[in-house]
This record gives sequence, structure tokens and C-alpha cells, in this order.
Amino acid sequence: MAELQFREAIRAAIDEEMSQDEDIFVMGEEVAEYDGAYKVTEGLLDKYGSKRMIDTPISELGFAGIGVGAAMNGLRPIVEFMTFNFAVLAADQIINHASKARYMTGGQVEIPIVFRGPNASAGQLSATHSVSYDAMYAHFPGLKVIYTSEPADAKGLLKSAIRDDNPVLFMESEQMYGLKGEVPEEDDFTIPIGKAKVKREGSDVTVVAHGKMYHVATQAAEKLAKEDVDVEIVDPRTVKPLDIETIVKSIRKTNRCVVVDEAHPFGGLAAEVGYLIQREAFDYLDAPVQRVTLPDTNAPFAKNLFDEWLPSPEQVIDAVNTVTYRK
Amino acid sequence: MAKKEKNAEEVTFTPKGTGIRTNGEIVRSTELPDPTEKKHSDLDLSDDDVVDMFEQMYLQRRFEERAMQMYQKGKFGGFLHLYMGQEAISTGTTYALNDDDDIITAYRDHGWGLVRGVSPKEGMAELYGKETGCSKGKGGSMHFANVDEHFWGGYGIVGGHIPLGGGIAFANKYKQNNRVTACFLGDGAVPQGALHETLNMSQNWGLPCIYAVENNGYAMGTAVHRHSVGEIVDRADGFNMKKMVINGMDVLTVYEKMKEIADDVRENSEPWFVEIRTYRYRGHSMSDPMKYRTKEELEEYEKLDPVARIKNYLLDEDIIDEDKVEEIEDSVEDTVMEAIDFAEESDFPEKEALYDHMFAEDDYPFHT
Ligand SMILES: Cc1ncc(C[n+]2csc(CCOP(=O)(O)OP(=O)(O)O)c2C)c(N)n1
Ligand SMILES: [Mg+2]
Repeated sequence: MAELQFREAIRAAIDEEMSQDEDIFVMGEEVAEYDGAYKVTEGLLDKYGSKRMIDTPISELGFAGIGVGAAMNGLRPIVEFMTFNFAVLAADQIINHASKARYMTGGQVEIPIVFRGPNASAGQLSATHSVSYDAMYAHFPGLKVIYTSEPADAKGLLKSAIRDDNPVLFMESEQMYGLKGEVPEEDDFTIPIGKAKVKREGSDVTVVAHGKMYHVATQAAEKLAKEDVDVEIVDPRTVKPLDIETIVKSIRKTNRCVVVDEAHPFGGLAAEVGYLIQREAFDYLDAPVQRVTLPDTNAPFAKNLFDEWLPSPEQVIDAVNTVTYRK
Repeated sequence: MAKKEKNAEEVTFTPKGTGIRTNGEIVRSTELPDPTEKKHSDLDLSDDDVVDMFEQMYLQRRFEERAMQMYQKGKFGGFLHLYMGQEAISTGTTYALNDDDDIITAYRDHGWGLVRGVSPKEGMAELYGKETGCSKGKGGSMHFANVDEHFWGGYGIVGGHIPLGGGIAFANKYKQNNRVTACFLGDGAVPQGALHETLNMSQNWGLPCIYAVENNGYAMGTAVHRHSVGEIVDRADGFNMKKMVINGMDVLTVYEKMKEIADDVRENSEPWFVEIRTYRYRGHSMSDPMKYRTKEELEEYEKLDPVARIKNYLLDEDIIDEDKVEEIEDSVEDTVMEAIDFAEESDFPEKEALYDHMFAEDDYPFHT
């Protein structure tokens, strides 16, 4: 084990995989000479050279598509978006091409590509730089979507994503890059895509939270523990395919559930998880599932409004109180 | 056929080299064209006009210097992209256009706002995220706007606003109101597909729009020759569009050329593609170590400071004396300090404002 920052864990995953497979290359804005806008790819240009660490112009649609074409033709690209907010420009390549080419050619092409970068908000960056995209991509068949919360998960799942023969979207957070955690060092350490993890055991209520929201849920759980409310936290880690079994198993124990999601409420992960719970665990529920999400508005700039906008531990506590009929 | 094995070392993609001037060699797309030799009087500008140009430019400079200090003191957060070094472009252009001509730009927008009617108070309050800000604290540094005075705002998705500029021009042509649109973008936006799609339609449809690249040598840490091939301005050729390269470090030059172009656009309802060469004195945003350029390069451009240049012009031409310059500078300083006080004393938006400005109607049923 080594204590690594989130960014170092991601870098280690990329580095280890690149050193084992010549066909892997990294492409994106400022990834090479600038060492990465958030220093995730620091040092990799020196190690792998300009053939495999490629700075792109600000042409998201173009370089995402060049990545897809290169993947069709035998390479294994890791395409970095400075944030997924800018990947919206590349959505055609991800949604219309990466996710569909295998299917519509009757399986003739393979698209082993990873699209990665920060997701969702990162402080007061206003409306266009603050959106959470995991559920949007999960909507489309043919894409796997991962949004992890801790360095070890990030390393293990990114390595799996790079080895996967399908398009995978791997999401991070600017605000988590400095977060430290114990990370296994073995070269063959991977975490399977599609497996949730119970990260905190508890018996009173299940809180489902991934990505940055996992940490909001943890803060809430710690406060609730002081009031003798025993929270179990399930981190889905992979949004699609979604490991609903682990969530349901937890609910069979706790009979109550709150889903925390950094997306808007309509059609997000919280909506999907809520539906699946009523289908799979209806008889086990002692209260309707509650969710804590962003409001149905764009991200405001003003500090006070932004704080109001972003899900908080207090909102999670309120939701837990509701499902446990405490207050 | 036997193929020769290529050595892995030989294969490379993006051009290497960080600085735009390596070993004193000037790389394409950065060489400054000569400034105009004309005096202000040859350009139909009065003495007062040039004094005002200086004042406007100095205001943009001081506003940002002070904003930077406040940011460093932790008075407000978010991004802060400074326009310092490029003030001749906003000022010269605004002078060249009519007051009801339209301007739209990217996120490096403070200078544009200030010269197009965003008061220093409203601007500073916007940086602070206060309800008295020009965008009610909803947008912050990247989204200054003053639509009443035809400044359509700053936009944060690189290249995203270029079609909007085309659309504003489209509406003007549709309404036959004789207004010209000036759509500004960074060199970094040139490789975005949105530009090329928009240029094609603009030429084909005869949209009265000037697409003007503020080429400041860099897109974040990427020198212009590393992100774009050839001369930027030559993009126009593929669309059969009129084009020009302009020295952006001299306000009189920007004024002269942009006026010529605006007159032509107004007369013929045809777009132009313009590359204005300039330099960004500060980092991309506030957390940029600037390793991609040399100190020497920065110093070379600091010698061309557009604010100092117009000040010296005023003195050399005996338009005003040192005392008058000092008086202007002092009064600008007071204005900026008052703006800071105003921003600090202003209130944050009310909580309910979170739901304001989402829809035209005020009883929209928000999803929960
Ligand atoms: C679509 C998109 N991709 C990436 C970014 C991140 N980004 C913000 S500014 C910038 C550089 C833009 O450079 P340029 O257009 O030259 O403008 P300048 O900063 O020099 O004014 C980048 C990459 C973004 N905001 N939008
Ligand atoms: Mg630039």
C-alpha cells in the first residue's frame, strides 16, 4: 500500500498500463507539455515521449472522434477532457459513434477507449462549468460509466477501464485530486467494473452516494453517528452497469434509503436507483426512498447561492431524518 | 511491398516547444504588423477622444490590478482571467463601432464590459458575486454583460459563443436595422468546429459580422503555433471572406482598421475575418505558473504596453501634460477603490434568487 493523492492514483493507473501496452496513448488539452491542467499526467511526457502523450488543440469533437477512429483501428486511447463540461462538444462522437459502431457494424469493430476527466462542479465556476454528466452518458446503451470517490477505487477501476474493450467514461473531480488514500501498489491490482462497495457498515439507513457526494454522505454519517443513527454507505463506483444487488442487499438490512447525487433531480442516478429499489425491494422498505440532489436550476456564481445549490451534509441528515421518521 | 520500419522516436504529433519565440526566432501567427502612422486628427478623432481612450484603457488596467489583489486576499473566488495587455482592442473597437452595434466575446471579458457600459461598481460587484453586479452575481468574472448597451456578454465554453455572434448578426440583417456585430474570440477558439461552420454560413448568407480573433499568443499553456497550423487569418481564404491582420497593441491602429472594416460590413452586409495580434501579460487564470513562456518574451511585450503607449502619445503630441495625466490616473484610482467599497458593501443575492432567471415565467414548476 502507498498513500497517494487521487491524481497520483490516476497517474499510476495510466503509467502502469502504458508501460505494459504500447498501443495505449494519452490525448487531450494540456496533457503533455503543461503536465496536465490539474497535473494528473505530470511527468508522463518525459517518460513516454510525444508519440504517446499528445497535446491537442481545443477541438473536443475532433480529438474525441480521432480517438474513436484510432480505437477502431487497433489503438487504445485515453482521451482526457479538461472537464466533462467541455465533452459536451464531443457528445456526437461518444454517443453516436463510440457507443454504436460495434452494434451497427454487426460486431466488426471494437472500440477500446477511455474518456476521462473531471465531472460536475468545482466551486464557483458558474453555469457552464458545473454540470454532472455521469447519468446522461449512462442513459445511452453501449457506454460504461464510472465516477469514483477515493484514490484506490480510482486506480483499480481506471486500470480496468483501460483494459476494457469497450468505450468507458471515467469521471473524476477537480476538488478531489488532492485527496489522499491508501492505494494498492501491485501491477495487477484492478477493481471490476460494475461492483458497488459498502464503505461504511450501519443498520439504520442505507445512503447511496458516489463521486464527490460520497464525502458529503460520510460527513453526514459521522454527525448522525453522534445521535446514534447508524448509517450504511454504499458507493456504486460504477454508474453503468449499476450494481443494484449490493444496494438492495443493504436495504434488506436497513429498510430505508437515501440517495445522494450531484446531478439535477430529473432522470439522474437518484431517479434510476429509486425506481430500481421500489422494483427490487418494495417489500423491504419502511419509508419512501428520499433523494438529495442539485436543484432544478443552473449553477449560480455567487458564493451563498452556490453553497445553497450544492448538496450538503445537512440536507443528507434531513433526508435521513425523514426516512427514519426521527423529525 | 516491403515497408520500411519507422523508428518509434521519429513518430510525433503535436509540434514541440513551449515559447512562441524560441532563440529569438519569430514564429508565424505572432509577428506584429506595423501600427498606423496616422495621428488621431487624421483619423477624425478629437483631442478629447484620445484622452478618453487613455482613460478607458487605464480604467481597465487598474480595475484588473485591484481585482487581482482582492482575489489574492480571498475576497472572492472562481476564475479570474485578466485582460491586461489587450486593452487597446476593446477600446479601439468600441470607438470604431456605433453605440448600437453589437459586441460578444469569450470569458476574458472585463475590459469589454467596462468599455461597453458596465460600470466599475457593477463589474467589481459581479466579481464578488453580489446582487448589485452587472449579471446579478449569477455569472461572475466570465459572464459580464450589458445587453442594454449591446454588449451580449462573455461566454466560457471556448468557441461556444461564435455562432451566437453570427445569430445576432443574422437577426440584425433580418430586421434590416443596419447594425454591425463584432464577435471576439481567442486564438484557442480557432480550432473549434463552431468557428468554421459559422464562417461558412456567414459568408454564404452575407451576415453583417466581424469575427475577430484576439491572438494573444497562447491558449492556456499552448503556444499558438502548437495548436493551429499556418496563419490564423488565412482561415478566411477557404470561405472567400475578407480578412485583415491588425496590430492590437496600438489603440489608434485598432480604431482605424476596425472602423474601415465596420464601414464595409455596414455597406455591403458581408462578414470579415480579422486577426488582431496582442499579448496576455498575466497567466491564463490566477493559478498559472507560466512555465510555457520566457521572462524575456514577456518583457519584450511589456515594452509595447498599449496603455503606456497611448499615454506617451498624449504627452508627445502635447495633448495633455504630466499633471493632467496624473489627475486622470488619480481619478481612475478613486473610481476603482469606490467600486471595491461598493462591492464589499453590497449584499449577496437573496436565497430565492437561485430560482430567478431560469425561465421567462416566474411560476415555473421546478422539479424536485
Ligand atoms: C470547450 C472548452 N474547452 C476547454 C476549455 C478550457 N479552457 C478555458 S480557456 C482555454 C484557453 C483558451 O485560449 P484562447 O481562446 O486563446 O483565449 P485566451 O485565454 O488567450 O484569452 C481553455 C482550454 C473551455 N473553457 N471550453
Ligand atoms: Mg489566447
